[in-house]
Amino acid sequence: MNDQELEQKIKENWGDGIVSLRPSLNGLEVRVTPNIFKEFARWLAADQEMEFNYLRCLSTVDWVQEQEIEVVYHLFSLRHRHHLVLKVRVPRKEPQLPTVSDIWATANWHEREAYDLMGVFFVGHPDLRRLFLPPGFEGHPLRKDYIHDIERFDDEFAEKIRRGEIQ
Amino acid sequence: MMDREKLVGSVGVGEQTIRTETMEVSMGPQHPSTHGVLRVVLKVDGEWIVEADPDLGYLHRSFEKLGELRTYPQGIFLTDRWDYVSAMNNNWVYCLAVEKLLGLQVPEKAEWIRVLISEMQRIASHLVFMGTYGLDVGALTPFFYCFREREKILDLFEEICGARLTYNFYRIGGVSRDVPRGWLDKVEALCDYLIPRLDELDDLLTNNKVFLARTVGIGVIPPEMAISYGLSGPMIRGSGIPYDLRKVAPYSVYDQIEFDVVTHDGGDCWSRTWVRSQEMRQSIRIVRQCIEKLRQMPEPTFDDPYGPSTHVMAKVPPKPKPKPNDVYVAIESPRGELGVYMVSDGSEKPYRMKIRGPAFVNLSVLPAIAPGHKVADLVAIVGNVDIVMGEVDR
Repeated sequence: MNDQELEQKIKENWGDGIVSLRPSLNGLEVRVTPNIFKEFARWLAADQEMEFNYLRCLSTVDWVQEQEIEVVYHLFSLRHRHHLVLKVRVPRKEPQLPTVSDIWATANWHEREAYDLMGVFFVGHPDLRRLFLPPGFEGHPLRKDYIHDIERFDDEFAEKIRRGEIQ
Repeated sequence: MMDREKLVGSVGVGEQTIRTETMEVSMGPQHPSTHGVLRVVLKVDGEWIVEADPDLGYLHRSFEKLGELRTYPQGIFLTDRWDYVSAMNNNWVYCLAVEKLLGLQVPEKAEWIRVLISEMQRIASHLVFMGTYGLDVGALTPFFYCFREREKILDLFEEICGARLTYNFYRIGGVSRDVPRGWLDKVEALCDYLIPRLDELDDLLTNNKVFLARTVGIGVIPPEMAISYGLSGPMIRGSGIPYDLRKVAPYSVYDQIEFDVVTHDGGDCWSRTWVRSQEMRQSIRIVRQCIEKLRQMPEPTFDDPYGPSTHVMAKVPPKPKPKPNDVYVAIESPRGELGVYMVSDGSEKPYRMKIRGPAFVNLSVLPAIAPGHKVADLVAIVGNVDIVMGEVDR
């Protein structure tokens, strides 16, 4: 399906909950509310005509002025060869979003990375641990207001290791 | 692979059984077969793997954050350090993302040079894979042959940009300089040289009886699993799915080039090795077409050995400031889909840059396929993913 048909199909099936539909550099861009997000994602993957079975990339953007964090999904259908950009914004203070790792298994590590570096909590994730940074690390470095204080970090970190709180 | 269920938990025959316990073993981060600093926490029952949990981050340098702190042209040199075995492709995807944001048209000659270089890099990268994978499963000799061949490609790279590993050759709007006179002849000679060497490599490694015994039926990934885990490159094509970005979503001039997408239905470690060995031949095919095309284009003159830069560079301001927008750009790197998601806010630095590393995503399938194998097979599986930790950890 091309972008117009995709847009038509989404409009027919989903009324409320779709914030905006617009063309982007990567095909149609859909912005939805967090409430319908999980159902919408499941529908995108399961519907015969949509069949977005391949999650290419999961990214997060910290929009510090709007006090929101945006999670971006780039989807692709291996059968129909069409693309879709799915965006959802969550408040920066309580960034919570249902996991999609049960729909696309690749989201498992992507979500762990997003949690580690951006601090988005994916509810229902089977194993939401830090992926790159050590377990005792505080803060989420890709947030725009993160201040990297190397001396403080080194002292506290060394102290924690000494106390045996971090293996 | 034997039926693990019957073996785990008890040893013995009939009524005389002994209860066994699982044990946690750490493989890496200094294990020779982990290609860098990957640590896999294994839960083993004797020699059998019950659980495998990769522990990443030993090489984490946070390029995404570093990218946000630099202007667009300054970010290029960082890209060499993601996947240092195929640095040219990293350069390319970064420049491509900025060009998309700027709406920039790259000169035709630069496009063909980019494709040519990228395919040579693919051969070099696959040669590293073949050599080191041979080492992983116990074949020492092919390593030397592979590195001898790769050396010749690196020599040619050195001639065009002066570097052997971190090239910094692609620029926003083109490439840094034209290829020198006579260079294309050397590339063509290399192609002629490589074909019999690749056949030799197949005899030595890919079709070797011992190698077959170590790889056939090991680490089988069914097609549905490959799609769900978002695998790309030889990892998904080894499961029989023709997902190749050069065909699926052609970028640059790949739509004008003839080549076949290599797939194999086996889904095991051997299939993926075979796919890579065949891909090198396809790359040579592409390289020859590029040479043909580049010969018809204006050459650098004697006075100006690197050519007038207008042939290979578009007009770009020194500090480009793209309009606020976002774009996801992906290319087919030797390891698979290498993507960059870039958000600009109208300033001279990217607001956000996310790197989608193919080896990172391909490695995520490991916990799903490793259980049920022996520890020695895990070495074969991890080596086969063709990970470069610089890009997994970023």
